[in-house]
Amino acid sequence: MTVTSPPPTPRPPSRRRRLRRDALLLALMLPGVAYFLVFHYGALFGNVIAFQDFVPYLGVGDSDWVGFSNFAAMFGDPAFWNAVLNTVLIAALQLVFYFPVPLALALLLHSLTGKFLQKFVQSVVYLPHFISWVIVIALFQQILGGTGVLNGFLGDHGLHTVDIIGNPTLYKPLVVAQVIWKESGFGTIIFLAALSQVDVQQYEAAALDGAGYGRRLWHVTLPAIRPVIVLLLILRLGEFLSIGFEQFFLQRDAVGPEAGEVIDTFVYYAGFANGNWGLAAAAGLFKGVVGLGLIYTANRIAHRLGEQGVYAR
Amino acid sequence: MRPAWQGRPTIAVRVAKGVALLVVTLLVVFPLWTVVATSISSPELVTANGGYVIWPSDLSVDAYREILGGGIVTRALLVSAGVTIIGTALSLVATIGLAYGLARPQLFGGRPILLTVMFTFLFPPSMIPLFLIVKGTGLFDTFSALVLPFLVNVFNLVVMRGFFQSVPAELLEAARIDGAGEFRILLRVVLPLSKAVVAVIGLFYAVAYWNRFFEAIIYFNDQSKWPIGTVLRQYVTQGAQLADSSVSESASANAPQSIQMAVVVLATLPIVCLYPFVQRYFVKGVLTGAVKA
Repeated sequence: MTVTSPPPTPRPPSRRRRLRRDALLLALMLPGVAYFLVFHYGALFGNVIAFQDFVPYLGVGDSDWVGFSNFAAMFGDPAFWNAVLNTVLIAALQLVFYFPVPLALALLLHSLTGKFLQKFVQSVVYLPHFISWVIVIALFQQILGGTGVLNGFLGDHGLHTVDIIGNPTLYKPLVVAQVIWKESGFGTIIFLAALSQVDVQQYEAAALDGAGYGRRLWHVTLPAIRPVIVLLLILRLGEFLSIGFEQFFLQRDAVGPEAGEVIDTFVYYAGFANGNWGLAAAAGLFKGVVGLGLIYTANRIAHRLGEQGVYAR
Repeated sequence: MRPAWQGRPTIAVRVAKGVALLVVTLLVVFPLWTVVATSISSPELVTANGGYVIWPSDLSVDAYREILGGGIVTRALLVSAGVTIIGTALSLVATIGLAYGLARPQLFGGRPILLTVMFTFLFPPSMIPLFLIVKGTGLFDTFSALVLPFLVNVFNLVVMRGFFQSVPAELLEAARIDGAGEFRILLRVVLPLSKAVVAVIGLFYAVAYWNRFFEAIIYFNDQSKWPIGTVLRQYVTQGAQLADSSVSESASANAPQSIQMAVVVLATLPIVCLYPFVQRYFVKGVLTGAVKA
């Protein structure tokens, strides 16, 4: 057997050689990179119309520049502040009423010892996540609408019927209920994964020390998954303004803009319905910049708490 | 199996759990069930019940016969199916290509590309500028407008990249020594190991394409190109009659409610059918990728 000489310390290959070496990989990546450049960075530059009196017929090149007057108009518009207020209220309601549900559901599912039952219930509760908003709203109309199942039942039993769909005062609880119905099942996945990582020996030790179910939950389970809960909470705060568009677009007309307008629908109606492109782009840019700030801050907090955060390096 | 240290819960706890599970399951299943039941009931029964049916005692598939008879719903289903199949395929190709390259620590230009992509996660394009791009690239009134602006999803990309990173480097090295090129390594080594993540990400893309409805409203002048979601919005949640004669004329003979619910069923069915096959990969596919990333 020949003694092989130790390999020479590899010199880092030159840029040209690395480029040639990776040419095929880069070619595979090209469609994806092109997509991001065109549809994300292209759209980033499209934000300039927030500073224009944009006329579609003239295009971005020939429309007049108006500085910050679109922003001034936006900040002076009570309808815009109404949309911001609705967005913040709905986000806050979601935080209080939606956020704990997946955790509670995950704890319930995790406590099941029958694997078949657990898998079955999981399959059922994940499903709504994949159903489109159009269908979810159709389902809610069918159940809670004026001629829906609930009112049919109440009427049959001689009780007062309730007007839920299209009722401005009940709109915010309704949209939160819809989010709970659609997303809480799927939201359990991450908690279930965290729960499966909890060290079983700690349960044994706690049980030996005489801790019952409740105390094990409080002193072992919850502390163990606290990082995940905190991280998700921070991420949710970072996306505070991103409560979704489709759900509100589909139902805004039924309750009117006073109750139903959120920032995203404000952008849609300002731009597409009223042709006020500059104002719409300004509102979109406002949301994007505030959102960027929120995510950045949330991530900083996450890093400070020793978590990975959204864009972990 | 119950661990030895965990005592059997008391009857009260078990009953409470059972009730909770039953309620949760019914909350999901019951609305779907009434929609199906209404769609397969005869118009007389639907009318007699006031717009919905829970026990379909009088079966009829007229609603389905009507909307599948070649009208706007049939066309919309075909549009959605086409957009979903082609879109999912293109999205998977683009996402796998990008994720495969970005999973390489030594890639030329890897870090700038990664940062370029990740920034879009923090600052997603807003509606108006994206509309201008779609208009500027000439995608108006083409089905591409439902596909290309959503080609790669950053979350899916990150999950896929994380999964690819978990493929042992020794495997890639061995394949390279055997003379396999990058492309062959991807096809023969990496992808076969990544079936779970490809299945899950494929489902995510497919569902997103199938459910897309809003873009057709702003990008299409031609209503005959509408996908099923857009038709559904017009016909069900807005309660408008469809312009297309093949539904609306004969619909007067049938209870519109059962037709509406049949449209809902047809729009949901592909997802419900595809979902059980992919669902078993959820935890493995998503979490392995996401935790690594």
